[in-house]
Amino acid sequence: MSNLGNKSGYDRVFNIVNNAILAVALLLVLYPLYYILIASISDPVSVAEGKVIFLPDKVTFEGYARIFRDNTIILGYANTIVYTVIGVFLGVAFTAGAAFSLSRKELKFRKTILALLTFTMFFQGGLIPTYLVVRKLGMINTMWSFLLPSAVWVYNIFIMRTFFTVSVPEELYEASMIDGCSQFRYFFSILIPLSKAIISVMVLFYGMAVWNMFFQPMIYLTEESKFPLQLILRNIILESNIGGDAVLDADTVLKKIRISELLKFTVIIVSIVPPLVVYPFLQKHFTQGSLSGSVKG
Amino acid sequence: MRKGRRALSVNGQLYVLLLPTLILFLLFRYWPMYGIQIAFKDYNAFLGFTKSPWIGFFHFKRFFNSYQFWKVLINTITLSFFQLIAGFPIPVILALMLHQVDNKRYKSIVQTVTYAPHFISLVVLVGLLSIFLSPRTGLINALITALGGDAKYFLGNAKLFKSIYVISGIWQNAGWGAIVYLAALSGISPTLYEAAEIDGANRFHRMIHVDLPGILPTIVILLILNVGKVMKLGFEKVFLMQNPLNLSSSEIISTYVYKMGILEAQFSFSTAVDLFNGIVNLIILLAANRLARKISEYSLW
Repeated sequence: MSNLGNKSGYDRVFNIVNNAILAVALLLVLYPLYYILIASISDPVSVAEGKVIFLPDKVTFEGYARIFRDNTIILGYANTIVYTVIGVFLGVAFTAGAAFSLSRKELKFRKTILALLTFTMFFQGGLIPTYLVVRKLGMINTMWSFLLPSAVWVYNIFIMRTFFTVSVPEELYEASMIDGCSQFRYFFSILIPLSKAIISVMVLFYGMAVWNMFFQPMIYLTEESKFPLQLILRNIILESNIGGDAVLDADTVLKKIRISELLKFTVIIVSIVPPLVVYPFLQKHFTQGSLSGSVKG
Repeated sequence: MRKGRRALSVNGQLYVLLLPTLILFLLFRYWPMYGIQIAFKDYNAFLGFTKSPWIGFFHFKRFFNSYQFWKVLINTITLSFFQLIAGFPIPVILALMLHQVDNKRYKSIVQTVTYAPHFISLVVLVGLLSIFLSPRTGLINALITALGGDAKYFLGNAKLFKSIYVISGIWQNAGWGAIVYLAALSGISPTLYEAAEIDGANRFHRMIHVDLPGILPTIVILLILNVGKVMKLGFEKVFLMQNPLNLSSSEIISTYVYKMGILEAQFSFSTAVDLFNGIVNLIILLAANRLARKISEYSLW
C-alpha cells in the first residue's frame, strides 16, 4: 500500500469518527430542548409516567391557552419586552458613541479613559456599594436600577472600536472631514450605516442580556407588577408555585398539580423562543463579535 | 494651551458621544469603588460612605473568624477550579473538531445547535435541571429505575452539586466558547497545511501539529482571563441551584455576600467579604498573567 493511500485511509476513518462524535454532541444539546417542546404539548400525566420520549403523547395545547389567559405571565412578558427595547437602545447607542470616540487618536486623555474603563473589567465596587449607590440615586423599584448599571459593557466597546478601526478605512474619515462633515454627521450618516453587521450583534448581545436578566431585578424591584418574565418564570418552574390566574379555575388539587406541571414546559418554550429564533440570522457575524482580532494580537 | 483648546472645540463632538458612557461608569463603577471604604467603617445610611465612622479591620476579622469562612472560601475555589479544569478544554476540542469538518452545511448545523444553550437564561437552565433530575418525574431517574437502580434526588445531594453545576455549564457554554477558537483557526495560513501535506501528515497530525499550535496564543490569553475570574463565579446559577440540602457544598462567597448584605442588611460586613474576594481575585489574575509571560511568550500585558 502506498504511503498516500494509507494516509487517505486514515483520513477517512478520522472523518467518520470526527463527524460521529460531533453528531453525539449535537444530540446531547438538542434533545433536552426537543423534550421540553414535546412535553409542552403532551398530556402532563403521560409526561410524568415517562411516556413522552421521542414523540408527544395525547397532544394538547391547554398549556399555551392558559398562558395567554394568565395576567401575571402576560404582564411579565410585556415588562420584559419594554425593558429589552430600552436596554438595547441605551446599550447600542452609548457603546457605538464611546467606541467611535475612543477609536479617534485626536481624543485627548484617550489612553487614560481606556485604562479607567479596562480597570473596571478586573475590579469592581461589588454588590453592596453598587446597591447603596442605586438606592441613593432613588432608582429602587424602577427599571433604571437594573438597566443603567450594566447598560454599557467595556468588552462591547472594545469589539466595536476594533471594528471601527479595522473594517472602516481611515481615508473615509479624512475625506469626510475635508468635505466639512462634522463628527456627528460622520458618525450618524456614514459610520453607523457601514456598521450594520456589528450593530446587529450588539443588539443581540445586549438584548439577550436584558431578556435573561434575573438577579438585579430580583434585588431592586419590590412591586410584582414590574417583574420581568424571568422572575415570574422562577416562581413557576423552580418554586412550583401552584396558584396564579392560570390554575385558579381548576377545581381539584390534582388538576392544579397537573396544570402547573404542564405550565413549566410551556413557559420555558415561550420564554426561550424569541432569542433562539433571532440568533441564527446573526450567526455569521459572531466571529466579529468575539474580539478575535484583538485576542490574536 | 491655545492649540489644546482649539483641538478640544474641534473634537468637542467626540466628547459628547463619549459622555453618556463616562457618566454611567463614574456613577455605577467608580462611585461604588469609592464606597468600598465602608468595609473599614461602621456604615450608617444617614452618614453615607464618607461620614460613617472608621473601625479598621473589624469586619475582616469577624469574617476570618466566623465558622462560615473556610466553608465559603473552599467551596468558591473548588467549584471554580473544577469548572476551569473540566470546562476550559471542551471548547478548544470542539473547535478543533469542527475545523476538520469538510461539509459546510453539517458544520453550520452543529454550530447553530451548540450555540443555542448560550441564549437560554439561567432560570430556565436550572429549571431544565430540576425537570430532568426530578426524583419523581425526571427522565434521568426514569432511565436509572428502568435499569434497575434507585431514583435519586440529585439536586438535593451536596456531593453532586458541583458536578451538576460544571456539567450543565459545559452543556450551556461549550459551543459558544468555541467561536473564538474557530476564528483563530480560520486565520491559520494555508501554506502551513500545504507544507504539512507534503510532509505526509494526515488529518490528525495536522490538527495536533498545525491547528493546535496555531491557536495557542488564543488559548493562553483565554486561560489567563478565565483564571482571572476564579473568584468571580456567577452568582445567579449557584443561587438558583441552592436548596437547604446542598448548602454545605453550594454556599460560595457571592451568595454569602448577598445573604449577609441584601437580606440581612449588614452592609459593611458583606462589603468587607466582597472586597476580600475581589482582592484575592486580582492577585490570582496578576499571578496567572506573570506565569504565562514566563512560560510562554503570551500575556495580557
